[in-house]
Amino acid sequence: MTALIDVENLTIQFKTDEGLITVVENVSFTLDRGEVMGLVGESGSGKSVTAKSLMHLNDENAVYGPESKITLHTDNGPIDVLSLRTARELNVVRGGAISMIFQEPMASFAPAITIGKQMVEQLQLHLNMPFAEARELSIEMLDRVGIKEPSSRFDQYAFELSGGMRQRAMIAMALSTKPSLLIADEPTTALDVTIQAQVINLMKDLVAEFGMCILFITHDLGVIAQVADRVAVMYLGRIMEKGPVRDVIRTPAHAYTRGLINALPKLDDLDAPLTPIPGDIPSPLERPSGCVFHPRNAELEPGSRYEREVPPLSEVAPGHFAAVFPEDAGTIS
Amino acid sequence: MITIDNLSVHFPLGRRLIGTAPVVKAVDDVSLSIPKGSFFGLVGESGSGKTTLGRAILRAAPITTGTIGYNDGEARYDVGTIAKSELRDYRRRAQLVFQDPYAALSPRMTVRDIIAEPLEVMELTSGREETDERVREIAAKCRLNLEHLRRYPHAFSGGQRQRISIARALVCGPRFVVADEAVAALDVSIQADILNLLKSLQRELDLTILFISHDLSVVAHVCNHVAVMYHGRIMEEASTRELFANPGHDYTRALLSAIPSLDPDVPLNAQVYAPEGSVQHQ
Repeated sequence: MTALIDVENLTIQFKTDEGLITVVENVSFTLDRGEVMGLVGESGSGKSVTAKSLMHLNDENAVYGPESKITLHTDNGPIDVLSLRTARELNVVRGGAISMIFQEPMASFAPAITIGKQMVEQLQLHLNMPFAEARELSIEMLDRVGIKEPSSRFDQYAFELSGGMRQRAMIAMALSTKPSLLIADEPTTALDVTIQAQVINLMKDLVAEFGMCILFITHDLGVIAQVADRVAVMYLGRIMEKGPVRDVIRTPAHAYTRGLINALPKLDDLDAPLTPIPGDIPSPLERPSGCVFHPRNAELEPGSRYEREVPPLSEVAPGHFAAVFPEDAGTIS
Repeated sequence: MITIDNLSVHFPLGRRLIGTAPVVKAVDDVSLSIPKGSFFGLVGESGSGKTTLGRAILRAAPITTGTIGYNDGEARYDVGTIAKSELRDYRRRAQLVFQDPYAALSPRMTVRDIIAEPLEVMELTSGREETDERVREIAAKCRLNLEHLRRYPHAFSGGQRQRISIARALVCGPRFVVADEAVAALDVSIQADILNLLKSLQRELDLTILFISHDLSVVAHVCNHVAVMYHGRIMEEASTRELFANPGHDYTRALLSAIPSLDPDVPLNAQVYAPEGSVQHQ
């Protein structure tokens, strides 16, 4: 597999009335063509902000660290995403190489314009496609994502579609420009489980069919286990652990990942106690020193290195990294 | 504790000059009995009528036909016909915990005032001292730091807010509580804590809880009895163990099969529930 996007040392702060808030800190990862990369994290973990930075979509008050670098590899050579400024330049990533779908499909479609018009509009904008061709492609895409009678759906409004169908239409629209990367930000969170299952299977089929890359953002480890090839676990803006999805879920190397798994109610053992992670997610204004997770990590002895020093991402198994000091990298059970 | 017989809640859709107006059958001929001291789960997808059923029990949704009986051993009510004068007592006995702890708490009231409000509105205490005493007592039970009582909700995280919400629901000493998606808005690492708290409060205060949720795995862990709702009807009802070991209804099986497994090697093989004559929205 070849690299599609390299994210290196990504640090993002936001200017607010209360000062600079660090939302993403020193995040590095690579997205390969033809893979689904899962990005897991709770609220405030910086997963959405990280994803938006790939399209340079963060608000004006975002400040990127001087070391931050996002490189998109295209057929015409590499593009430094963070140096793009004008709307014209940005079109290369926004809707061109990268498409994004959001959590709430009702809010993503304009309510007073038909689904079809919205699909055609972006094709005309990004690919200069004539209307008739754009219409044909849109209807074909609606059909591909499993929407029945696509030509009549084409002329309907978002409110006329059910939740699952809306999310499918959103996916069809995002894929019709043939992006290299689809960013899916909590695409199934607002859906019922039965619909969620359909959307998960649809996205897996699409990766196999189009060979694109999906960055799948969710807070749900079960969804990740089913859909992703690799996963990165984020907490308070840092990657705590990343690696192949089987390794990370079966042999989690970081206390946070273990904590998340232990806190999940599991259907195969109803008597297993639910173990919450102690404490609360701190406010971004009160970022802990050292390892950001240390105040909630019950496995640490008081006075440990993690309270003062930021642990590096150590390789604990081939391709499997965790934010632990090297002396702890071997003790994973 | 709660006995529901042939309950229907219909909401009219517009009016017709001739003939009867069409209705949404939010709850359709439901009979259910919630035993005293149980942690009773009500599961369903969006639009299944689970929230409307919970609201009907609390007399917050209109009852079209059928009856709801309430009996906690001290008081008995026919919920549909409670007189206005008795409603205050019923409200004290049957309370609600909301889903979204960000929307449920007034940003302009201190935590103490939020928790004390039910006592003051229902005039359950003889004075400020007794109110404060009750507030402190329930706050401690809900594991809230007493120093936090003077602060405003914005200072708290989602988990702490939900503990405040629970304290507010329990301060008047209810015997029956409807928890409607009480953990749905919370992060996983916090959700487990709130579930454990609800479970221990249920035992400690001898509560009967109707726990409404879309999440089968959550229900499996806290409830001892589960009812599955779909399109306004109860599809299946059984003890938690029985329901998860031997789901008796196709819809329950479809729901269970749609839950993504944490094991990447157990593929998601969701079955589709398509009863004959139903309209499929794909």
